[in-house]
Amino acid sequence: MGKYADNPAAVAALVEEHQVHRDTYIDKEIFDLEMKHLFRNTWVYVGHDSQTPKKGDYITTQIGDQPVIMVRHSDGEIYVLFNRCPHKGTKIAIDRSGNTGKFFRCPYHAWSFKTNGCLLAIPLKKGYADTGFDDSEAKQGMAPVGAVKNYRGFVFARVAKEGISFEDYFGDAMSSVDNMVDRAPEQRLEVAGPPLRYYHKCNWKMLVDNQTDTCHPMVAHESSAGTAVRLFDEANWPEDKPKPMAMEIIAPFMSPYEFFEEMGIRTWPNGHGHTGVHHSIHSDYSQTSEYWNALVEAHGEEKAKAVLDENRHNTVYFPNIMIKGPVQQLRNFIPLGPNETLVESHVFRLVGAPDYLLERTSMYNRLINAPTSIVGHDDLEMYERAQEGLHADGMEWINIQRLYPGEENFDEVAVENGTTERQMRNQMHAWKKFITLSMEQAAPEAAE
Amino acid sequence: MTVTREDIIDFIYEEVRMLDEGRFSEWLELWLPEGIYWMPLDYKQTDPTLTSLLYEDDFMRKLRVERLNGERTFSQKPKSRCSHVIQRPFVDKFDADAGEFETNTSMHYVETRLDEQFLLALTATHELKLVGGKLRIANKRVELLNSDAAFGNIQLLP
Repeated sequence: MGKYADNPAAVAALVEEHQVHRDTYIDKEIFDLEMKHLFRNTWVYVGHDSQTPKKGDYITTQIGDQPVIMVRHSDGEIYVLFNRCPHKGTKIAIDRSGNTGKFFRCPYHAWSFKTNGCLLAIPLKKGYADTGFDDSEAKQGMAPVGAVKNYRGFVFARVAKEGISFEDYFGDAMSSVDNMVDRAPEQRLEVAGPPLRYYHKCNWKMLVDNQTDTCHPMVAHESSAGTAVRLFDEANWPEDKPKPMAMEIIAPFMSPYEFFEEMGIRTWPNGHGHTGVHHSIHSDYSQTSEYWNALVEAHGEEKAKAVLDENRHNTVYFPNIMIKGPVQQLRNFIPLGPNETLVESHVFRLVGAPDYLLERTSMYNRLINAPTSIVGHDDLEMYERAQEGLHADGMEWINIQRLYPGEENFDEVAVENGTTERQMRNQMHAWKKFITLSMEQAAPEAAE
Repeated sequence: MTVTREDIIDFIYEEVRMLDEGRFSEWLELWLPEGIYWMPLDYKQTDPTLTSLLYEDDFMRKLRVERLNGERTFSQKPKSRCSHVIQRPFVDKFDADAGEFETNTSMHYVETRLDEQFLLALTATHELKLVGGKLRIANKRVELLNSDAAFGNIQLLP
């Protein structure tokens, strides 16, 4: 028995109202418990259904540390299966994406499975006659995860067989997905191209925290955004020359504290929340009449205006994704270890919208989220310094007290000052709830 | 000025030497203002409207270099260093009359900072133009052999 396994009270004690113990970010045992409990009990993003448009199309990914396949079955539904042959454990699919046809075939002994996981055939099947094979777990085929939900193209899964429903887990938080999809005249998104893959030597929660941290841009990004603003000012840019699209994207990062205070943060139950209630760094992007007209045709003028007036900055879906409605992006923070995270940044095409919107989306992605991005360099430097710094024994707690009003009720939706750390407290409240949900207290040792 | 194949090849060598020695401002001067520095994300990518690792114009190149020299560029304290080892470039196009040239060069790029060092294998293609008696970069494309892999920070210029 370790320090935390079989000890939900010790795990729960790591999260206090206004501070979080460093072990939640650096301890290997806690990381393993996150994989075993937190990522099993919550609804985790798997992929977008436009990545598997045709029957037999699949992608491989992971939920926490669990390798899974998301596949389009012959009935048109999407299944999420553990990527493991029920025979000897061989991973069935290795490509990041592909089409498997009507069935998966294990490359080791050629056991084959329908695309819903059911066992289809085994070579030399008579060898299993009279062995009781029909009662075996292997006979069931490739195991599905506990539950799957395709919400307007976004596929989420809960690994645990029993647990909170999709609707209860997300509630009104899905309004950010709705807004992103409603921005497409055909109300449909398509993943455009492969994701940027950015390797971070830090805990996955550092990235999640940073999505609603509005006190860092003007400090950490002075080197990139600040330099951009200065260069542009010095350039005496001719009025008739179009402003670089890059400036539209980067310059708002240097907005003053007041801008971020007034933009607001909304938190929802179960650890979800978003910045940019009132306005955001995406509010002033230029639009064209071509796009506006397409949107009015789709929604009518009133709703079209409402869709575009919503400029949520970052929406965190606990535990590990963030979406940006106004720029059609999704970032997936895939945990690899307590000190290792793979960030996959996907962009979407708004089906029916003019091409320039995808150009801006792709530009945003490479200017902000690429391993070659100067803005990304600013952030990663801070995460890695924090990951190292947390090992310093001088103190053990991480402070998340900013605008802490005393006892908070995270079961209620709240809208607060945009520089509050309430969303970080909300996340850790949910963390505590879902990591301890299925943990069992070890039986007290028998008295000697 | 009459450009020879050797001049073209020397130009490519001089460019990487500039980058290795951190003479980034000088490197900016090699470019024609409308040139694009492209580093695709997808292997053999042809559509630049999809995400790339880099797809940068004059303004962005200048921003990148200014940032490297900046006072509050925390990810460059201490600074990174890089080294290019290059093969002899293929001169794929040599049109002396039009003053247009294209090269294809295989390289190993090493970048280091603090205790970390990483290696990238890449192929660079350069479009060069003779303007005002000088060779300039009209466009440059850097294809990483493993462009679809997960990387940490790549801070300097492959």
